[in-house]
This record gives sequence, structure tokens and C-alpha cells, in this order.
Amino acid sequence: MAHLSTQSLNPQRIARCRELAETIAVPIEKMIQAHTTVAIERATLRLIGVEGAIRQQDGQWFPEVNIIIEDLRKEGVLGRGALRWFVNGLLRKKMGVAELATAVAHRKIRLTELPQTDPQTLEAEISRLCGEATQNLIDQRKKRDRKRANLNDPFDASGKNGPLLYVIVATGNIFQDVIQARAAAQAGADAIAVIRSTAQSLLDFVPHGATTEGFGGTYATQENFRIMRQALDEEGEKLGRYIRLTNYCSGLCMPEIAALGAMERLDFLLNDAMYGILFRDINPRRTLIDQHFSRRIIALSRIVIHTGEDNYLTTADAIENGHQVLASQFINERFALNATMTQDLMGLGHAQEMNPEHPDVFLLEIARAQMTRDIFPLSPIKFMPPTRFKCGDIFYSHLMDAMFNFVGVLTGQTIQLLGMATEAMHTPLLQDRWMSIKNAKYIFNGAKTLGNEISYKPGGKIEKWAEKVLDDTLAHLEMIGKKGMFKAIEEKAFAEVSRKEEGGKGFDGVIARADDYFNPFFAMLDGGKNVG
Amino acid sequence: MSDSRVTPVDLKNLKPYGDIMGDGTIQLAFTLPVEPSAEAREAAVQLVTKMGFDQIKVATMEKAADGFAFFVIYGNIKHSVDFTRIHVVKVQSKKRSRAEIDEIIRTKIGRKLKVFGACTGYDAHTVGIDAIINMKGFAGDYGLERYQWIDARNLGAQVQNEELLKLAVAEGADAILVSKVVTQHNIHLRDLTELMARAEKMGVLDHIIFVAGGPRVTHPMALECGFDAGFGTGTKPSDVASYIVEEYLRRKGIPID
Repeated sequence: MAHLSTQSLNPQRIARCRELAETIAVPIEKMIQAHTTVAIERATLRLIGVEGAIRQQDGQWFPEVNIIIEDLRKEGVLGRGALRWFVNGLLRKKMGVAELATAVAHRKIRLTELPQTDPQTLEAEISRLCGEATQNLIDQRKKRDRKRANLNDPFDASGKNGPLLYVIVATGNIFQDVIQARAAAQAGADAIAVIRSTAQSLLDFVPHGATTEGFGGTYATQENFRIMRQALDEEGEKLGRYIRLTNYCSGLCMPEIAALGAMERLDFLLNDAMYGILFRDINPRRTLIDQHFSRRIIALSRIVIHTGEDNYLTTADAIENGHQVLASQFINERFALNATMTQDLMGLGHAQEMNPEHPDVFLLEIARAQMTRDIFPLSPIKFMPPTRFKCGDIFYSHLMDAMFNFVGVLTGQTIQLLGMATEAMHTPLLQDRWMSIKNAKYIFNGAKTLGNEISYKPGGKIEKWAEKVLDDTLAHLEMIGKKGMFKAIEEKAFAEVSRKEEGGKGFDGVIARADDYFNPFFAMLDGGKNVG
Repeated sequence: MSDSRVTPVDLKNLKPYGDIMGDGTIQLAFTLPVEPSAEAREAAVQLVTKMGFDQIKVATMEKAADGFAFFVIYGNIKHSVDFTRIHVVKVQSKKRSRAEIDEIIRTKIGRKLKVFGACTGYDAHTVGIDAIINMKGFAGDYGLERYQWIDARNLGAQVQNEELLKLAVAEGADAILVSKVVTQHNIHLRDLTELMARAEKMGVLDHIIFVAGGPRVTHPMALECGFDAGFGTGTKPSDVASYIVEEYLRRKGIPID
């Protein structure tokens, strides 16, 4: 494929950006290691098999993990880790995980009132349970790898096979979603995301069971994951092509979604180090602590994440703010590396959101897409379609999507979220998705190897723009490095949004770890050690 | 249109125009949940006939998926409307520039107008409210934050109705802008109506100007929900500012010019 020259993308400057990202992450990593969160503790219990829920008076199901963890938090003992209390309960009551969880959630047993097992025996039992849970994740990963190996799987992180066709379904009803997803796969989609109900990112619990009501999307639940995974497995077998399943690992339950996604064999998770802070006003510390544990699960399960930098361009101008996207990508890459993820799992996000009437706009878009590809050659680049300037003229929108597809295939993007002609009108109809897939197939096929045939004019407009964005990025990272990340975020370093370190939702769920905090998952969930 | 060799438009019987005046040509696209087949094609034609079309041409029938046939169809519609009798309820305010609006507030009101904006309920899509309020604005038209004589605050996404009203009352807001993008199951109508019911209970309808906006919002719809005005796609910040200033002065009985 085509590449920008080292003159526009100076390797020393790129290396310096990575160095700065590493420095910026150091104090954050220290903060992460000194804390846990209610969501991490809930995810931990989910990993060892607590998956029940209790029916509330209003008929809604509320997860047992929430009741168990909230009680421990209120008693002020969560800093030692939920496992100490819960596994002690297993030993003392001689109960299975599900049985004890239900009894505790119904408050028939109080974990803190049970006599303590000696630490050595207790920690050995905790490690045994976590080891089993980790093995379960590895088994699920292997099962997924076998399925991919038995079918045609076009995915290649570096983008050599051309962009993956990725679409969303969003009916609100998981069973309708299955119909829409199967249809999309038949039309040629390689990856399906079930978009979540708009309320979900701010819910501090994961809804339970199969759901048929949602707003702007369908709730992410373990059962919904299972239903869609099974449908896509079946459809993939029929089509002879592996179909990837995507969900959203963000919001107040980020670590739990990572755990559920890993257990239910999801392939992609949208997961960003800063998205929740900027766009959902979730507490910055909570988000950063949660993303670390989430990414450890993701690393072990070898799920590909999609970062959310495309969102910066929907709130801030896409021409002026390319450097914020690139700076954020370096930071996301660093946090993912710190969580033992490898670069081929980091789907770095960006978008084609420049004003379509800007002179030579495609030169700038090509420069941005190509430099993202070239700066992160091992990572599966995730390219998001125009949305901001779509306004209901579906014919013009369809044309915008065609140009977006052209830029995507030309510059070797890996995962292409297909644009919808009806963007800004409704969640996609079956025919909208079909039209969009036909559009992408036509262009991806017709220009498949065009990138190999062309090179960019040295010192031309495309190269110059890439050089400028890289220079601005370096300056931006220098600024963040000097101020520190929290201060920089407060001063609107990203997406023109200001957030305070101790503000936002979910701050009371951040808990300082006690000296004897014990959670062996942090050691076991290591992407580097467990590959193969 | 003034060429005597072509038929002029008949406003009493207005019909779509393709290439001959009054031809009534319309393009349609839809999916039937059946396999593509001769029967599916006939079903599509019968459906379009029932809709009041003749000279129906099925441009294409495609297999969109197992059990789904997608159609593009052209037909000539038999119906027409009397354009001379159309009446639409519109926001009645003269469009003014940022400088003009600032000047009117400075001279006629003498203090900054306070405007609060938010996406309410669980709506997380701030594109609309950002375009109207944030400094940058939309399509070259600066946002309300940029106005010297407007104190605009964008509260962002997922603000609950109760919270919004409490804050607006506590801080003495002159106008509240509510953006609704998500419309599944008509959630936007429910949220908008609920806000106005609360506002009425609090007795603040006379003190605050309520404006709704969003891609599916229309002025009549906003009125129906109890709002003072509604703005749809393509609305610029100065459109909203022009309305707020004019409505504020109207309520105070101050002539604008």
C-alpha cells in the first residue's frame, strides 16, 4: 500500500511522541496501582462465576454482584478486595459460588461476620479459583480461534487484506437485532456491533437477561451476548466466513463488560482510556483505573479494542483538531501496552468528519488516514464514517460514504465502520445497511490494490498536511507532559471538553487499596505471558 | 417557468415534478419481508397501486438477505394538493445577525440574557446543542457562547428534566434550550412533555422561554409539547438567538425597533 515518506513523518518525532505518552502515563499508572473500584470488584466476582440477579419490586433484575460489592463498600472493607470476603465465605459455608452469591445478595449471610480463614489457606483458595477462571477465558479464546481457523477469516491487523466491513444493529430488541445481523452478514458484513441503549453507559450495573426494550440501541447483557454470538456462529458456518461480534466496553461497568465479553467470545470491544471522562462525564480516576483492569482481561482474551478518538471530531472541528486525535492515540496505545496488550489488538480510532465543502478536503482526509496507518503499522486502524455533515439528503450521504470507502481502501484501514445514508434520521433499517454494504464492496473490490500503485508527491499537499499534524501533535503532547494529564484534561486538551480529576460520575466507587489487597487476576491476566 | 410553450405550475393541484409539469413522478424504496420472486414483485406493485400511483415501474428488485426483497419503484401519483390553501405554523421572528442581536440586548435590556442548553433524559447526542451553544457554532454562524450579551451555558448530555429546571430557576435563566436527537419509541416527545409539565407546576412558564431542537423536532410539534418554539435541522445559532430576543421583548412589552 501507499506510504507517506519519512520526510513528512519524521521517525524521531514519532518516537518522541511515544516517549511523551509513556511519561504522561507514569503518575496515572501509580494512581491505578493504588486503587480498585466497585466495577473491578464486581468484574472479579463475575469472572469466578457470580452471574445471578435478583428480581426487584419494579420487576427489573438487579445483579447479585452489585448487592454484594455495595454492602462491602458501605462497610468500608472493599479496599482489601472482594475475593478475601467472598472466598472466605465459600470456605466457611462450604457452598458453591452461585449458592453463596444468592444467599449473600438476599442478605441471609453477611460476609464480614464470618470467622476469618488463615490468610495462607484463603489466598491459596482464591488463587485456585482465579486460576480456573483464567483458564476458562483461555479456553474460550481457543474455541474462538478454532472457529476462525475453520472458516474464511479476512482479518489482518495491518490492513493488507483490505478493510473489514463493519456495521451496527440497533433495534432495541435482541431478537430483532439477530434478524438484522444475519441479513447484514449475508449481504457481506464481516463484523457486527450491537449498539447499546443510550442510557447504559451511565448505569452502575449490567442489566440481566435477554432484553427486548431499549432506546437508540439494545442493552449489553451476558444473555444478549450469548444470543448474538450463537446467531453469528450459525450464520458464519452457513456463509463459510467468520463473523465478528462487537460491543461497548465503556461507561461505569467497563470491567464487567470486558469480563462478559471475554466469557462470551466477543471479538471486538469499543474501549477507550478517556472516552468516558470526556463524553460521559465519568470521573477521570474511575475511568482510568477501570480501563486498566478491562484491558488486562482484553489482553488475555486477545480481543481487539476500538478506541474512540473519532468522537473528538464530532464535537471539535475535524480539520483543526487532527493533532488531538493523534495525541490521544499515542496515549491510548501507551495505556494498552501498560495493560499488557500487544499492538495488533489496538484498533486505534479516527474518522472522516471534515467539512465536505472545504477545498481539497479529500487530500486532508487521505493525509490523516494514511498517517494513522503509517504511524501505527501493526495496529488494526478503525475508521469511522462521516456523520457530522449528514443531514437527511440520503443521496448526498451515500456519496459521502462512497468517498469515505475510497479513502479507507486506498490508505489501508483495517476496520471500516460503514456509513449509513440515513445517518441523522434513524437507526439503520435493513435496506440502509444493505445499500451501504453494496457501496463498500464495490469500492473495496475496485480499488483493492490501488494503494500499491501510487505514491504521494514528496513535499506535496498531502505530505505537508501530515507533517503539520504530526508537529502539532508533538507540541500538544509536550504541553500535556508539562501540565500532567488531569490538568490538561481540565484545560480542554481533548475535544474542547473540560473535566475535573475529582468530578464526574462514579467517583465514590473509587477505593484505595489496603496493604493486604488481594486479587491474583492482576498477575494472571497478562497478555504477554499467555499467548499461544 | 414563464415560458409560454410549457405548461405553468397549477398551484391549485400541485403534484411532484419529474420532467413534465403535473407528471406526479415519485421514487420509492422499501423492503418486503419475502424472498424476491415474481409474486414479490407483484405484491410491491399492488401495494404501490393502493398508495395512489399509476404507471408503476419496478426499477429494481434485489435480494437484500434471505427472506427480504428490496425494491426501488417509480410511479406517478394521482393525488394533488391545493398549495394556495396551505397554512403552516412557523417561528415568527426576524433573522438578525450576532452584532444586531448583541446591540438589541445591550440597548433594550441592558443586561446579559441567560440561556441554558441541554440534551435531556438519556439522550447522549450533543451535536445539536453543541452547534447552537458552543463558541464554534455551526456552518460559520457562531454559537451563543460567542455573543457578548448572552450568558450561555451548555449543560451537555443526559441532564434530567428536574435537574435542568432546578438549575435554571436557581440561576434565573431567561431561556432553556432542549435538544432531542434520539426519537426511538417517541422518547423525545415524552421527555419534552414531561419537562413542560414540571415547568408548569413550578409556575415558571412566564419567566422562561422554552425552546426545543433536534432533527425530528418541528415548531408545531414543540408547541404541542408545551414549548414556545421548535427548531429543526439546519437551524443556526443566530436563528435561535433572534427568536429568544424577540420573544423576550414581546413578553416585556418592549418594542424591538
